[in-house]
Amino acid sequence: MFRARSIQSSLSLKDKLFSIDYILVISIFILGLISILAMYSTDGGEFKYHTNSHILRFFVFFIMFLVLSFIQIRFWHSQSYLIYILFFLLLLGVKYFGLTSSGSKRWLDLYFMNLQPSELMKIGLILFLAKYYHRISIENINQLRFLFLPIVALISPLILVATQPDLGTALLIAAGGLTVAWLAGVRVKFFAFSAIAFIALLPIAISFLKPYQKSRILTFLNPERDPLGAGYQIIQSKIAIGSGGLFGKGFLQGSQSYLDYLPEKHTDFIFTLFSEEFGFFGSLFILLLYAIIVWRIVRIGNITRSNFGKLYCYSFATAFFIYVVVNMMMVLGLLPIVGSPLPIMSYGGSSMMAIMLGLGIVMSCKIYKDTPVN
Amino acid sequence: MLSPSSGNTVIKSKLISRRMFLLTAAKAVVLVGIVGRLVSLQINERSKYKTLSDKNRFREWKLAPERGVIKDFFNKEIASNRQVYQVHLIPENSKDIEKLFVRLKTILNITDKKLFYLKKIIAKQKPWEPIIVSDNITWSEFSRLNLFLHELEGVKPIVSVARMYPDNSSAHILGYVSQVSAKDLQNKKYLKELHVPGMSIGKTGLERKLDEEIIGKIGFQRYEVNAYGKRIKQIQINEGQAGKSFKTTLDFEVQKFTNELLKDKAAAVCVMDIYNGDIISLVSSPTFEPNQFVHGLEKKYWNSLIKNEMKPLTNKAISGLYPPGSTIKTLVALSALENGIIKPLDTFRCKGKIELYGEKFHCWEKDGHGIVNLRKGIQRSCDVYFYEISRKLGVDRLSETAKRFGLGKKVLDGFVEERAGVVPNTKWKKKFIGQNWYLGETLHSGIGQGYFQSTPLQLCLMTAQIANGGFEIKPRIIFDEKNNNLRDYIKYKNENPNEPLPTDLLLSNFELNPLFKNQEHINLIKDAMFSSSNEPGGTSYRHRWENKKFTFAGKTGSSQIKRFTEAQREAEVKQESLPYKDRDHALFVAFAPYNDPKYAISVLVEHGGSGGKAAAPIAKKVIKKVLERHALRQKINSLSGESI
Repeated sequence: MFRARSIQSSLSLKDKLFSIDYILVISIFILGLISILAMYSTDGGEFKYHTNSHILRFFVFFIMFLVLSFIQIRFWHSQSYLIYILFFLLLLGVKYFGLTSSGSKRWLDLYFMNLQPSELMKIGLILFLAKYYHRISIENINQLRFLFLPIVALISPLILVATQPDLGTALLIAAGGLTVAWLAGVRVKFFAFSAIAFIALLPIAISFLKPYQKSRILTFLNPERDPLGAGYQIIQSKIAIGSGGLFGKGFLQGSQSYLDYLPEKHTDFIFTLFSEEFGFFGSLFILLLYAIIVWRIVRIGNITRSNFGKLYCYSFATAFFIYVVVNMMMVLGLLPIVGSPLPIMSYGGSSMMAIMLGLGIVMSCKIYKDTPVN
Repeated sequence: MLSPSSGNTVIKSKLISRRMFLLTAAKAVVLVGIVGRLVSLQINERSKYKTLSDKNRFREWKLAPERGVIKDFFNKEIASNRQVYQVHLIPENSKDIEKLFVRLKTILNITDKKLFYLKKIIAKQKPWEPIIVSDNITWSEFSRLNLFLHELEGVKPIVSVARMYPDNSSAHILGYVSQVSAKDLQNKKYLKELHVPGMSIGKTGLERKLDEEIIGKIGFQRYEVNAYGKRIKQIQINEGQAGKSFKTTLDFEVQKFTNELLKDKAAAVCVMDIYNGDIISLVSSPTFEPNQFVHGLEKKYWNSLIKNEMKPLTNKAISGLYPPGSTIKTLVALSALENGIIKPLDTFRCKGKIELYGEKFHCWEKDGHGIVNLRKGIQRSCDVYFYEISRKLGVDRLSETAKRFGLGKKVLDGFVEERAGVVPNTKWKKKFIGQNWYLGETLHSGIGQGYFQSTPLQLCLMTAQIANGGFEIKPRIIFDEKNNNLRDYIKYKNENPNEPLPTDLLLSNFELNPLFKNQEHINLIKDAMFSSSNEPGGTSYRHRWENKKFTFAGKTGSSQIKRFTEAQREAEVKQESLPYKDRDHALFVAFAPYNDPKYAISVLVEHGGSGGKAAAPIAKKVIKKVLERHALRQKINSLSGESI
């Protein structure tokens, strides 16, 4: 106990600065710059509202990420439950005080920004479960009574988010939570059982889906079903990406996007816009950046001594990876349009905030890698 | 407590790493999948998506090409284009269509019916596609429209060109243009890529025959448009190509002259160059106003055309079928000579009628012509003489000769309205009527009645081919420099029948096709026709030209509408006293000048009575007019010959 404390206290600012993972920081920064270029293109080659506010957000939250990196990992560990509860209360707040836009209630008006607590919950749940599985002993993991709390912690925000309605984010929150449970050693059979239960409940769940959600799933199965309606987004996105070819149409030359054929080009379809203008090689470069980011996070998990840090980093890396690939598969027509932003690239403050928060905790794991959490 | 706990931690940490390894492997698989998808979209299918993207991006607006003009032989435009003022409307550019129409109604003369029709079109087509509110407004309306244009969002005043016919004398042969109908789009393949809203196409006559070439190539304006259909910028403009212009063989002056002559008559005149088949004139009367069809016909005018019993819309010269009457006698005599049935000097006695198996066959001359040989038979048009020779000749041999001279088949190309007519024979009757041939019908055929049906153009061709010495010609209406030296050929052949052609004539690629066995027979017929027109007793003697320059040789004819009853025949009822509908059609065919034949003519006057009285006087005047213009025509011919 004492020794550990001494190691931690012996870290000078110089040590801390040296132990920052600069590859990760630079990759994130490059991705941020690319996202600004892409946003500039969505504004038709001018510094307009979206570009300006994206630049502001990126730099604010990037600095926040760097600042958070120096917070001790012990703090994150000790405050995990509290953070989760705080985010959960915000979610509850959305239910009662939320802003409604295009049919769903997702945002809280904080005057300086509209906060989307469901994005924060992506991190909150991972933190909560990482701490929970860090604390219980390995023998208890697969005991039913120790499964109760994780299930409640998972299901409660899920229901709140899904009824906003925001099925996409709900599924992504669940993905993060399930990853923690899986990594902690919850038996495969529990996942299998829940999968069976899920499939059994699917018809009932479908009956609760809003018509537009059903239509999205049907449209995914056959985009040409309604080319001017629900299938329009998938078709136009595929046209944009496909017509980009090897080298793309050139910066600011994406006809699909500047002629407004591309829907939601600031948010969910930002990759489509980039891919149209920079082609196959541009897309590969973005993929490479994301792969580097995931790789660096996993590497931090590898060298972090505490299981809390490992669980958190691995889960966050996996969740981050899932956010990226779900968005890409969606715009590539491999998944239904569920409405999930591309981390860092997409326009949206809450998503940026959540990702930078998550990355900040990761970097804290790196700096305090040898510090025990309890 | 510390050591089991730390051991626990190590085990846990190993478990976590093991499971993370599995997850990492899964991630790699997913990543490969995404890269694969990118390869498939951006590399394998990029041309497909490039096309789709361009399809999104560009939209084309078609521009109607300018129709080619049709000129007469002297290069006068007989179907030309003129500037018209039009009102177009692009619905998406207008904020309130209803209000716009109300405003438009105060400026232009638009009926409620038209408005209803326009709204229906707007509902049917895409909002960026222009509609034509009015395709022909007056200058004053046009200037008023421009004055109020700032209040009329979406309205575009357009200066365009439309068909204009300077004169209606050639309405039938030229035909007319009108809006494309759904049926046209279905039937005419060339329209599929050509169609522009508001474009006119040829519906009849030359306009229809030449449509594919005269219509031109469509132009387009290519715009880049955004997802809402708004034009962002013009990318490309292609003006299209004006249609090809055509020069015809028609003589506009003769057309006008003839049309004037035929005024108030249901009649047709056809004039042809006997050496190259050039149609100099082809007029059908009464005529109609072809300009009325260009901008949508008024119902009232259409009804007046439809109800007129003189059938102004029918081109009687090529679609009217009439028994050739006595004009066929030239061919009957020729056939009899060629088949050795008679010799020119063989005679028959005409007592006004003959009897065959109890049936009486009358000559038009009740008292008979007395002793008749071939020359007199044609001169006086003695029916009995022709009953006798056709009885010996038989209908099959007669029909063979008649077909050779162009009867019973279409003689022009590409005129849908042209009809073939009928040259009856035993086989034909068996096939189409299902009965055997009676000898009595042969006698009727011998004087051009009965089943015989021909168009005035066919009769003109028949006469031309007799006049040129019995050589086949192909009637043509589109000017063609080729074969203009046929004239020299045939003349040489006529003058030196037994000598081979000189090399320069042989070199020209025309093959003469004689329609005779012995050209002497043709000359006998021509001589007999001369006597019919120029010797006392001839059926058209009263209408001859004394002046050798215009002297023509012809043959009269009348085609029976109703058979005379015995009572009428006894009472010597005159044609003029019959009701209009029951009077015979008057026919006259001729060629001129006799000494050096150049042109053949056929005249038909529906219900005109006898050919000598009603048709020959018209032919006389037209022949003079045509021959007077012959020198001028020759000049043009020699000019164009030099220009090759």
